[in-house]
Amino acid sequence: MSMGLTIIITGALVAASCGFLGCFLILRRMAMLGDAISHAVLPGIVIAFLMSGSRDSLPMLLGAAALGLLCTFFIQSLRSQGVQSDAAISVTFTALFAIGVILVSLYTRQVDLDLDCVLYGEIAYVPWDTLYLFGNNIGPKAIWGVGTAFILSFLVVGLFFKEFKIVSFDPQMAAALGIPVLLIHYLLMGLVSITTVASFESVGAILVVAMLTVPSATAYLLTDRLETMLAISVGVGILSSLFGYWLSLIFNASIAGSMTVAAGIFFILAFLFSPLHGVVTRWLIRRKMRAATDQP
Amino acid sequence: MQTSNRPVSVRDLSVAYHRKPVLRDVQFDAPEGKLIGIVGPNGAGKSTLIKAIMNLLPLTGGEVQIYGKPYKEQRALVGYVPQRESVDWDFPTSALDVVLMGRYGKLGWFRKPKAADREYAMDCLDKVGMADFAKRQISQLSGGQQQRVFLARSLAQDARIYFMDEPFVGVDAATEKAIIRILNELKTQKKTVLVVHHDLQTVREYFDWLLMLNMRQIAFGPTSEVFTTDNLQKTYGGRLTVLPDLPEPVAETR
Ligand SMILES: Nc1ncnc2c1ncn2[C@@H]1O[C@H](COP(=O)(O)OP(=O)(O)OP(=O)(O)O)[C@@H](O)[C@H]1O
Ligand SMILES: [Mg+2]
Repeated sequence: MSMGLTIIITGALVAASCGFLGCFLILRRMAMLGDAISHAVLPGIVIAFLMSGSRDSLPMLLGAAALGLLCTFFIQSLRSQGVQSDAAISVTFTALFAIGVILVSLYTRQVDLDLDCVLYGEIAYVPWDTLYLFGNNIGPKAIWGVGTAFILSFLVVGLFFKEFKIVSFDPQMAAALGIPVLLIHYLLMGLVSITTVASFESVGAILVVAMLTVPSATAYLLTDRLETMLAISVGVGILSSLFGYWLSLIFNASIAGSMTVAAGIFFILAFLFSPLHGVVTRWLIRRKMRAATDQP
Repeated sequence: MQTSNRPVSVRDLSVAYHRKPVLRDVQFDAPEGKLIGIVGPNGAGKSTLIKAIMNLLPLTGGEVQIYGKPYKEQRALVGYVPQRESVDWDFPTSALDVVLMGRYGKLGWFRKPKAADREYAMDCLDKVGMADFAKRQISQLSGGQQQRVFLARSLAQDARIYFMDEPFVGVDAATEKAIIRILNELKTQKKTVLVVHHDLQTVREYFDWLLMLNMRQIAFGPTSEVFTTDNLQKTYGGRLTVLPDLPEPVAETR
């Protein structure tokens, strides 16, 4: 596989799986939860690293996923005790992130953990970090990691689609029907944690947040159907990866950054020209109607 | 009296939010096949009562039974129309999709709604006069139309007991009459309907039985017996300046 293609596929998988789950986050007005999880996993990564003593992905993945779930659990507990939702989110994730920062500053000299790499990722190195099975090179590790996260999200959301849908739209009705609302909530948060963590190596913690919100926000502007919204969100994610890679070649800039900028450009286009809600579209329609009524 | 014949039986119910009691001493047995009104001022605990009965809130005391068993075992028998403001109407979904959600309880895990469910949901939309709006995104419906979609969703639950939280808010007079016709149709099928209602002028016309509530139960019984000036004063306190026109027999009672 060529280097460019590997990078594009990795980026596309990250953007697609984040975009997929991001739809439910923004519909439940929890977009900031992605942000929270992506920060809160830092102590998990550091602890896993210190305990295993290796930069192997699996322990880090588990450590991070555990902290991600712990973070949502803290937020949920604070919220159910009457702390305001946004306050609960920000108190929890800043505290956990700070613990991570302290751990890094305490141990970073003894061990070789590159914080920049955790926070900003480096998708350009992805093609070289390959995985071996029985001595055979089976391709870049990142593709396996992110691909697994994507397939997992796809399967879980596919199996529980109607539950995810009704819990997002009307949690009280869902509870009245006997759907375990809290379980579905943690299932979504678990998937967000896993996807976030799997995406670290490529785009880094901070840019995951963008991928969790921007493609799904774009899709929201383009359709009135949840199923279509999920599809568009994945599509926009893949296009962002392609277009972003191309941008990074032209400007010789950070690949992950360019992919996020590309996603932002798609969002602005949808914001202005969406056939349903676009600002410019609505203006054009109004002008046409005014012209029609002005004519005798 | 056999409790298991009682659609809803509430014993000594009390509910508190963060230790602040909002409901206490609620105790009634709803008779089967009746339209039962729930009236009381804002903040009286009407929505809270419905949520507590449907196990959506923890009870601080008391017991609720649906046909003689706890709610958890009887979910399939209960339909629900929440207050319209309880959901985000900008959600990307159509009127038909929302009504289809009423079928989810019957489907169980891993099952997708089938053509038969769609037809059923479509019939329910038709009953509330919304068939033409099935494909409409729900934010593009008027408030009264959204209310009718919620009503259709509860019909799609195909229940024996219905709890409706202010189904008449924001609907025009013709729609209100249409909804009442549907409720009366449910009644002829031996179904029990409990409705939170605010318009005291129509209470007597619409409801067979009445629950009067203001943080505690003021009265419960046939409308003709409990809808009295005395009880209204107790329920609404000094806040009710204009009493509804009470017909002769009630006005005479003491
Ligand atoms: N989530 C909540 N947390 C704390 N207090 C609440 C909550 N929901 C309701 N309350 C309080 O409980 C009381 C009863 O509220 P409830 O919503 O049941 O009233 P209601 O009779 O349905 O009023 P309305 O006619 O306005 O719908 C009110 O005093 C309200 O302030
Ligand atoms: Mg209410």
